[in-house]
Amino acid sequence: MGQLIQQLINGLTLGSVYGLIALGYTMVYGIIGMINFAHGDIYMIAAIIAVTVLTLLGSLGIMAVPVALLITLVVAIIFTSVYGWSVERIAYRPLRNASRLAPLISAIGMSIFLQNMVQLTQGARVKPINALLPGGFELFTSNGFTVHLAYTQIMIIVVTAVLLAVFTWLITKTSFGRQQRACEQDRTMTALLGINVDRTISMTFVIGAALAAVAGVMVTVYYGVVDFSIGFLAGIKAFTAAVLGGIGSLPGAMLGGLIIGMIESFWSAYLSPEYKDVATFVLLILVLMFRPSGLLGRPEVEKV
Amino acid sequence: MSTMLEYSGVHAYYGAIHALRGVDLVVNEGEIVTLIGANGAGKSTLMMTLFGKPTASSGQIRFQGDDITRTQTHKISREGIALVPEGRRIFQRMTVMENLQMGATFADKANFDADLKRMFEMFPILEKRQQQRAGTLSGGEQQMLAIARALMGRPKLLLLDEPSLGLAPLYIKQVFKIIKELNTRDKMTILLVEQNAHHALKVAHRAYVLQHGEIVLTGTGEELLASAEVRAAYLEGSH
Repeated sequence: MGQLIQQLINGLTLGSVYGLIALGYTMVYGIIGMINFAHGDIYMIAAIIAVTVLTLLGSLGIMAVPVALLITLVVAIIFTSVYGWSVERIAYRPLRNASRLAPLISAIGMSIFLQNMVQLTQGARVKPINALLPGGFELFTSNGFTVHLAYTQIMIIVVTAVLLAVFTWLITKTSFGRQQRACEQDRTMTALLGINVDRTISMTFVIGAALAAVAGVMVTVYYGVVDFSIGFLAGIKAFTAAVLGGIGSLPGAMLGGLIIGMIESFWSAYLSPEYKDVATFVLLILVLMFRPSGLLGRPEVEKV
Repeated sequence: MSTMLEYSGVHAYYGAIHALRGVDLVVNEGEIVTLIGANGAGKSTLMMTLFGKPTASSGQIRFQGDDITRTQTHKISREGIALVPEGRRIFQRMTVMENLQMGATFADKANFDADLKRMFEMFPILEKRQQQRAGTLSGGEQQMLAIARALMGRPKLLLLDEPSLGLAPLYIKQVFKIIKELNTRDKMTILLVEQNAHHALKVAHRAYVLQHGEIVLTGTGEELLASAEVRAAYLEGSH
């Protein structure tokens, strides 16, 4: 019983992170019909920036957790937004009217470039930070198993919930959100109504990057270590989450993220921690085979 | 009467097809001008070229004196030109209200409530369905929504591409009534593309006949209605 509750908490934490990253995949797919393979690396860059900023703040003596966290988030969001915007400008926009394969390849190229850039400039070694938010609550003990809820887990879950609320409001209630959804449905018609479609697409990349930035910062605080290669695995898992939820569906991405997080936690606890990544990939294959439109996705209709 | 829209020697390609072959066309302020022609004559391309989709390969398009031939699509729309496109192209997965809001994206916010009220007077069905997903509307209702969406931007020039296509006779009648009303009451300038030549020529001040990407005939609506050539090609068998 204790073990079960513990894994639910862990799964929810992990799932929140995957869900935030998955939103970026699904938004970009929704608007231009492409998978942004550089998205996981944007998340990695946010984590690296978090290490840098937190270390810098520490050396300046700014130790108050909420202040340090807020500054880190703001800096990471600003930098990764610029990265997200640039990725679109460099790897996607010039290929807007090319065959579907071309932007796919340029996105993978962008991903390799970003990883190598970070490896070259920051070094390949794992970067640790001092625990920013150590400790937590001991919820209860049953059969000698104590269920913990770490402060960092509370932070991740609360920040994700707040962010989701803001994001949902942005997409469903604001003029920008309407323009964004209109672009998803019919880009030509949206332009005919006076909307700058290119700018809307850029903003979509920026928002996706900002969400990934928050995930990257929180993971840094949660695990305390990052390196240049974390973007690949997190990216693939978040991509799986987006596909599982139904690529293009925003609630689907979050749901998919939570499910992947849960599967990974439970798999690690009850089956084998070494094979937890395999579980995700097996799931990806199964979803693609049996339900390619995902849990909440629309069946793909060929446009004529 | 000043010139609002002017095509001079416009050529355009739709894919590999040379769809417009030197089109000259004028729409004056306050006019209803109709463009008739068979399927594939280039009518839709002529309208879309105005928005740069596709861009004219040669020739010039002027709106209120400004050359807009190579202006970006979204900027052309903001000049005050609205299109009710072929196939309506409403946003299916948005509500009726959201579609109308999309139409008003660049309109003066102060006019929104009054304009919305006006649309609901013109198209009462839209008021009833305002929270419904637009994709659930019938074809006729979707056409009303497409027209209302275009009008929410308070355009100076309204383009309608086959607004009566696929509609029940009752709706066709309503669409032409609205076109007439917009022109007389709101002094709106209208360019209308139609296969339903009879109705279109009756409401039009002037008309052009497009054939294989060229203007082959022009005159007042009445003249073309009376022309033997037009009767034989576009009116026989229609009502």
